[in-house]
Amino acid sequence: MEHNITRLPIESLMQLTNRSKVVVNKKMSFVERLYLPAILGGLMITFRHFFKKKATISYPEVQRDFSPVYRGQHVLKRDEQGRENCTACGLCAVACPAEAISMTASERKKGEEHLYREEKYASVYEINMLRCIFCGLCEEACPKEAIFLTDRIVSSDYQRNGFIYGKDQLVESTDPDKRVDIAGRLKAHRHQ
Amino acid sequence: MSQYLFYILSLLTAFSAMMVVFSRKPVYSVLYMIFCFFTIAGHYILLNAQFLAAVHVIVYSGAIMVLFLYVIMMLNLNKESEPHKSNIAKTAAVVSGGLLLMVLVSVFKSADGLAINPAFDSQIGMVEVLGMVLYEKYLLPFEVSALLFLTAMIGATMLGKKEGGAQS
Amino acid sequence: MELNDLIFKIIFVIAVFAVSLLVAMYSTYAERKVAAFFQDRLGPNRAGPFGMLQPLADGIKMFMKEEIIPTNADKVLFVLGPSLAMMTACMTGVVIPWGSSLIIDGKEYVMQITDVNIGILYVFGVVSVGVYGIMIGGWASNNKFSLLGALRASSQMISYELAMGMSIVALVMMTGTLSVREIVESQPGGHWNVFVQPLGFLLFLICAFAETNRTPFDLPECETELVGGYHTEYSSMKLGFYLFAEYINMFISSAIIVCLFFGGYNFPFISELGLSHNMAAILGTVIFFAKVFFFIFFFMWIRWTIPRFRYDQLMRVGWKVLIPLAVVNIVLTAIYLMWKHDLWNTTLHVSQLNP
Repeated sequence: MEHNITRLPIESLMQLTNRSKVVVNKKMSFVERLYLPAILGGLMITFRHFFKKKATISYPEVQRDFSPVYRGQHVLKRDEQGRENCTACGLCAVACPAEAISMTASERKKGEEHLYREEKYASVYEINMLRCIFCGLCEEACPKEAIFLTDRIVSSDYQRNGFIYGKDQLVESTDPDKRVDIAGRLKAHRHQ
Repeated sequence: MSQYLFYILSLLTAFSAMMVVFSRKPVYSVLYMIFCFFTIAGHYILLNAQFLAAVHVIVYSGAIMVLFLYVIMMLNLNKESEPHKSNIAKTAAVVSGGLLLMVLVSVFKSADGLAINPAFDSQIGMVEVLGMVLYEKYLLPFEVSALLFLTAMIGATMLGKKEGGAQS
Repeated sequence: MELNDLIFKIIFVIAVFAVSLLVAMYSTYAERKVAAFFQDRLGPNRAGPFGMLQPLADGIKMFMKEEIIPTNADKVLFVLGPSLAMMTACMTGVVIPWGSSLIIDGKEYVMQITDVNIGILYVFGVVSVGVYGIMIGGWASNNKFSLLGALRASSQMISYELAMGMSIVALVMMTGTLSVREIVESQPGGHWNVFVQPLGFLLFLICAFAETNRTPFDLPECETELVGGYHTEYSSMKLGFYLFAEYINMFISSAIIVCLFFGGYNFPFISELGLSHNMAAILGTVIFFAKVFFFIFFFMWIRWTIPRFRYDQLMRVGWKVLIPLAVVNIVLTAIYLMWKHDLWNTTLHVSQLNP
């Protein structure tokens, strides 16, 4: 059996960029063998970079803009009246591929209506930030719009147990001025 | 002033020359030898032969001794691997050393004193005078020695070349 | 020697030493800044305004670091290595004319530590001794990478020293002197040697790169092959000495390039400004330093542009390209001089040269 393989010329293959060069092993001319013009050319290239705009961002003074859908440290939202949205349904923990979330559910007592929106709430809610992969599936799974990933960065620590964030670090403040803005994430969440 | 300098330099020269022999490690021997060359260059400067001193430092301390050091470092000679000398070799060394000493002593005894030469020209070691002497008075020996060096250089290149065509 | 002379000399020696160290210190800062700018970055900018205190911080860090001497290292030579490197780096500044002369109270003070009449040879002598610092350090570390780095350094420096010396011969034939000051004074105004000896300048420049172990000739400390080269085992200020010596060498070799080929403290239209002698001398020194700083910048510019040579390429360039070119340069210069002075039919006598 004869396989009829047609070889395509190199030019007709798919080109990803137009910068590719075909390597030829031709003998260099005298001017090329001097290397000095090539060195001067190289020097001019580096010299042009000397005056180019610098890519560096001086971090503490200037901060890079975050994407509106950036996924950083989690927040447990409260509603407009300052009540926790979370109802401890456990869907986020189920959805979490890294099994970073754990919680304990409790029943809302009389007189706690101003603290929790539903009759059930999470008395303990912990996220292990070392396990978390910041995929955002918890946020997608949440039926109550209670958990969101924000543009805050999880700070470093010397001990491992410092990375297990409880409700004290996750739930946002009741103070209206200290609310965490999640507008970008919320928009993305609702358009899904 | 220069007299004291002379004594100090001579002392250092003698000391370092002896240390070349007495050092247990070959690398130390080479380093003492380099130091010895420096003190000799110092003697040249005391004699106002600056050109000679500079060339001495460049050629001997800077080039030849580097190659010495190079080889000794590569071979990694140390006490343990020092080959044992036979008794015949030791005897031969003592005899030839003694003969050399005898020759030196007789030469110095027959030399007509180490008096200071009053006709000494302090400018004789300067570059200009040296150049004139080399290219006028001793032109032929100078050129012949240059030829000799050239021959040696070509010979070394030939020896270093591989058989059957050189690699680029 | 009079007391005034002595005081001036002492002050001048200390000043040259301090300036060498200061320039070397800020060369490390400049190197990082220049590297950053060539790579579209900002470079060190945290210690002090624009990071100006960075060299100080680096120095403190170097002193504070733990000092390690390997167990099997030769302790005496291990310390001697960096000391030698530093010493030879500082020694060359002696013969460099930093300016013409100052007239104070009707007395002339030459701005040079000493004008040896074999100045260039002195420089070569010191440079050739500079190899020992690297060699001894590399061997004493008792580390194969250090040893390889040291061997590379020594063979490289010997090879390029030859080409360097030969490239200077043509220049010496033109000027007829070995004193650095006289060479500088033979280039008044804008009559710089670089215009009459362009090939010699190019050869000398390339060899200067090789002698200071700067890229593209930094094989002795080639990280990709030899970890750190000859200073692999060094830490704290002993490492600092090696690095510092490199920058002092860079400064001094820039100064020598300027003296030999770029007129030293001379610059065009110096006589037309109508300045007093002292003002002209000070301006000359400033110009001298400007030229030197340009060459330091050039060293860095090359470093961040050209990649490192392969070892056989390095040897081939040195022996098969630079030395033959230097010989050609000498022959051409000799023919030109013979033609210019019509020496074909005349014989020279000592009396003619030293009237």
